[in-house]
Amino acid sequence: MITTVWFCLVAIMVAGYVVLDGFDLGAGIIHLFVAKTDQERRQVLRSIGPVWDGNEVWLLAAGGTLYFAFPALYAAAFSGFYLALMMVLWLLILRGISIELRSHIESPIWRPFWDLLFGGSSALLALLYGAALGNVIRGVPLDKDGYFFLPLWTNLLPGNNAGIVDWYTLLVGAASFVALAIHGCYWVAYKTNGDLQQRSRSFGQNCWWALVAFIAAITFFSFRLQPNLNTQFEEYPWGYVFPALGVAGLAGMYHYAGKKQDLAAFLSSCLFLVGMLTSATFGVYPYVLPSNVEPTAGLTISNASAAPYGLYIGLAWWIPGMILAGVYSVFVYRHFAGKVSD
Amino acid sequence: MDSALAVHRLHFAFTVTFHYLFPQLTMGLALLIVILKTVALRTGDEHYNQAARFWVKIFAINFAMGVVTGIPMEFQFGTNWSRFSKAAGGVIGQTLAMEGVYSFFLESTFLGLFVFGEKRLSPRMHWFSSVLVCAGSWLSGFFIIATDAWMQHPTAYKTGANGEILLDSFWALVGNPWILWQYLHNMIGAVVTGSLVMASIGAYYLLAGRFTEHARVFVRVGVIAGTLASIAMLFPTGDGQGKMIAEHQPVTLAAMEGLFDTTAGAPVVLVGQPDTDKMELDNPIVVPKALSFLTYRRWEAEVKGLKDFPRDQWPDNIPLLYYSYHIMVGIGTMLIALMLICVWAMWRSRLYGNRPLLWALMLAMPFPYIATTAGWMTAELGRQPWLVYGLMRTADGASSRVSAANGLFTLIGFMGIYLLLGILFLFLVHREIDHGPAATAISEGALQGAIQ
Repeated sequence: MITTVWFCLVAIMVAGYVVLDGFDLGAGIIHLFVAKTDQERRQVLRSIGPVWDGNEVWLLAAGGTLYFAFPALYAAAFSGFYLALMMVLWLLILRGISIELRSHIESPIWRPFWDLLFGGSSALLALLYGAALGNVIRGVPLDKDGYFFLPLWTNLLPGNNAGIVDWYTLLVGAASFVALAIHGCYWVAYKTNGDLQQRSRSFGQNCWWALVAFIAAITFFSFRLQPNLNTQFEEYPWGYVFPALGVAGLAGMYHYAGKKQDLAAFLSSCLFLVGMLTSATFGVYPYVLPSNVEPTAGLTISNASAAPYGLYIGLAWWIPGMILAGVYSVFVYRHFAGKVSD
Repeated sequence: MDSALAVHRLHFAFTVTFHYLFPQLTMGLALLIVILKTVALRTGDEHYNQAARFWVKIFAINFAMGVVTGIPMEFQFGTNWSRFSKAAGGVIGQTLAMEGVYSFFLESTFLGLFVFGEKRLSPRMHWFSSVLVCAGSWLSGFFIIATDAWMQHPTAYKTGANGEILLDSFWALVGNPWILWQYLHNMIGAVVTGSLVMASIGAYYLLAGRFTEHARVFVRVGVIAGTLASIAMLFPTGDGQGKMIAEHQPVTLAAMEGLFDTTAGAPVVLVGQPDTDKMELDNPIVVPKALSFLTYRRWEAEVKGLKDFPRDQWPDNIPLLYYSYHIMVGIGTMLIALMLICVWAMWRSRLYGNRPLLWALMLAMPFPYIATTAGWMTAELGRQPWLVYGLMRTADGASSRVSAANGLFTLIGFMGIYLLLGILFLFLVHREIDHGPAATAISEGALQGAIQ
């Protein structure tokens, strides 16, 4: 019971991270395409400037929560996805400094260099996060001690011999890339005016159909690759509420962006991301990391969790702590509310 | 030593050493900025506000470096030390997760307001945000020290049926007796770094004849805070930390001091090279009986030497441990002397024109960083061969499935990226120092640079 509670709390933290850092990653992805002049690029950066590192804190807090609630999962996943995670770290570092350093010097060499790095690292991070989700759905070759190690790629097939990147995880990565790009478009449109706003909005609209196609494809293949998804949705049909939320969000994105209601479109995109992530987590439950070789070897909420005493104690500090964090977030978003100035 | 293990150890050691160059300044500077803001608020002296704005820019660059190099630390518990994480995550995951939930949200929120918000906030609210940034960073330090303290001196646990380490008492974990002195020693060490950097830049401006009004503020605040803090490093915090080691890690004490034979009235070694093959100290210069007195407050007390501990309990790199400890203490002692001379000169109103003393202050800047690094090396090398003292050996904690080749690949990658970061950092800090504090209007700080 308490392990299911923590499963949900970790899922909330991850969803919080994806929704929040997702829009500044998305802003990074579209930055080179929708912002043409130096002034427009500054506007994109200003739209995320005061909040992006707070958004990234969600990754650290989610990681910490995962570590303490499911130490065996943290140990297995982090050492097993070693190479991909190290690349995530390098990209986070390069992205962080490109945001911070870009405007220190006004020069036609300095700024475009950091712009390119900002765009490239954001795009690769979105791809890698998607691929990571794909790996969790597909499963990994866990051994009897509960560890594994995946090379970056093998033959690109999602079979027993799969690497971190195969055609399925690449597909999920591409879907994540498009989803976060659109998420970023709606955010930038919401925070800016003029040409930049127009371009962001229509860029988001143009990508929407691609997103629908990707989502349809990964839904189809996920159910074929991960039998636990079928079991879960057959056994607990109320679980369809999660994909329904995702679809509602997807529809809302198109509808509101068409009516130029950028905030509503952005919130729909949040709903869509939450719906998709919760569908995936609901679908793999009670696994936290399934095996793609031997189903019984998978890590579940019971064999990967910390002892109950720590989990109960954890609730006592986690809940007030996250309420406080929520208050800070509301405070800072309200403080920097409204359009960024030119 | 198994080579994958060596790579994992070097991986963590390198990344954490580089990382801690930044938080040690931001934690110390956060306190000094609060002091500057407080003086400005109470006296209305605009120089203090301009000084604070200048240091916020240096702070922001350091903070950004600290954040980007800090994320890999949390990840490496899982990537490189997975067997340790699996066994002990239920215990130290508590403090690490609390750091994320309680300090990082606080810091990142109020740093944004503090750096970006001076125009929008009232002076009092702006002051308050500086206090919260400081509180967040000191709280963060607490959770990290609590984690390390548990590895140095595990408490609050019981062992489960399959050998897993189970949390037994949350309050015993955060109330670990090891925390108190280590926390104070570490945080006051950060204040020493912050103070020396502030005083050193002030001395540089005075010597160069630039921004002299602000420079006097920097030197005054830096020297006063630096004196108090550097003395507190020796007593009571260093002394308290030493007693904890003597009580709970006696073999570490013997190795730090280069004491091979159990001795009544043991000396403190000032200089000498420990030879672990012949089991003796070469070329020793010692203060007789001082170690016995410092440790037990009795001149004739017996201190156990390395020979009386089983060899498999010895720290595995005794010379490096010994030198780290001696470098820390040596630099700490010299900094106390320098600070006392400066305070005396300031009291006699002879500091700001005293060029030799200003030169010494300016050149002192790297030394607190070296001392802090050496201090952490002492703590962590002294914990060896244990990952969790007495409970889990370092060799049993590394990721078993991550090969030496993969570890080396990412270690080299980190070295390359950190080289780039280091160059950029020096370049940007140099620019800020060159611009100086005077012309800084209510600005948008260093982070704001990115946004304008």
